[in-house]
Amino acid sequence: MEETNESPFMKYLRKDRLPNIFCAGCGNGTVLNTFFKGMEMAEMDLNNINMASGIGCSSRIPGYVKCDSLHTTHGRPISFATGLKLGNPNMDVVVFTGDGDAAAIGGNHLIHAARRNIDLTVICINNNIYGMTGGQISPTSPQGSYGSTAPYGTFEKPFDLVELVSGAGATYVARWTTVHPLQLANAIKKALKHKGFSFIEAVSQCHTYYGRKNKMKSPLDMLKWMEDNSINKRKADKMDPEELAGKLIVGEFVNKNQAEYSQELYNLIEEKSGNRSKSIKSAYMGD
Amino acid sequence: MIKLDPNLCKGCNICMEFCPKQVYEQSKTLDRKGVHIPIPKNQDKCSKCDLCALMCPDQAIKVEEDDEQ
Ligand SMILES: Cc1ncc(C[n+]2csc(CCOP(=O)(O)OP(=O)(O)O)c2C)c(N)n1
Ligand code: SF4
Ligand code: SF4
Ligand code: SF4
Ligand SMILES: [Mg+2]
Repeated sequence: MEETNESPFMKYLRKDRLPNIFCAGCGNGTVLNTFFKGMEMAEMDLNNINMASGIGCSSRIPGYVKCDSLHTTHGRPISFATGLKLGNPNMDVVVFTGDGDAAAIGGNHLIHAARRNIDLTVICINNNIYGMTGGQISPTSPQGSYGSTAPYGTFEKPFDLVELVSGAGATYVARWTTVHPLQLANAIKKALKHKGFSFIEAVSQCHTYYGRKNKMKSPLDMLKWMEDNSINKRKADKMDPEELAGKLIVGEFVNKNQAEYSQELYNLIEEKSGNRSKSIKSAYMGD
Repeated sequence: MIKLDPNLCKGCNICMEFCPKQVYEQSKTLDRKGVHIPIPKNQDKCSKCDLCALMCPDQAIKVEEDDEQ
């Protein structure tokens, strides 16, 4: 056994880049831990995982991980991830994204990847705000919440990301928060093993912007808010919509098997051409 | 044994708040970075549930399995 004083997750991290750039107590680091824990539970190999992310605080996560990754343009990680998966369907492709990255500028890519049921694991860190750029309202900011672009509180109706991707066709969907790290890790395990489009909404604290603008200045205030307002789906299913106003419904929402896009595509190529496509893969392999 | 890396800890107090056994205590002094680094004082109470290490956003904590007194 190796004897170190380090976190059990340190072996997966690019140590030379630590401490990470996130504010003290930001939930991004916790979600990263739950990813490693889920990966261990799924018995998956980090060497076979390729990550993609867009732009945002949450999208900086893959840069800290010792695996191949693409840090792409804002809103587009799912498009890059689709390319990776179709180039090499044996690769496990994971997307780290934010609520702004995935649901605002990248909303179209999100719904179409879900519609296609392509085998990606998308982990969306939903802090209900644009953290990186200074606290602008995002498509998930709750009605009435404050942001730098909503000094009187936003009157827009937000997206429920779970409903959005479920409606679009995702075949594994779960939501947990950073006060549920074990449940979150377990959902990530299932999402990694699932063959099809998996979406994990990880509700998380950006106390620096969301918290500060909404009377929850510290990470602990925000974690307490999540703890007090989370209701398990099983319980929520028996409650009225009025009772559920302002609550965070957590749990597993979709888990079903359907034809997966990359497999279907490769099957079609084989059927029409008579052999298994290796055209793209061979490009990596030199002579 | 709890090992807490003071170079990584940013003093967010998540470990202190969420440890079910109240193992951590707030330090009275600031470190070089101006951070109150929690002290894992009541280690005899630790149940090795690993929650603090899983929640720590800065991967600063290791909960060691075997106590070699
Ligand atoms: C094309 C483009 N438009 C706008 C921006 C500015 N921008 C950078 S990050 C960001 C929002 C990030 O929000 P989110 O995805 O929720 O990430 P968070 O920082 O909250 O984790 C925006 C609008 C950009 N980088 N590129
Ligand atoms: S600004 Fe918000 S999301 Fe970004 S690192 Fe700070 S707390 Fe985290
Ligand atoms: S392992 Fe559990 S009991 Fe021990 S210090 Fe961490 S949170 Fe507390
Ligand atoms: S959770 Fe981690 S960073 Fe926060 S105070 Fe504890 S050891 Fe320090
Ligand atoms: Mg955000």
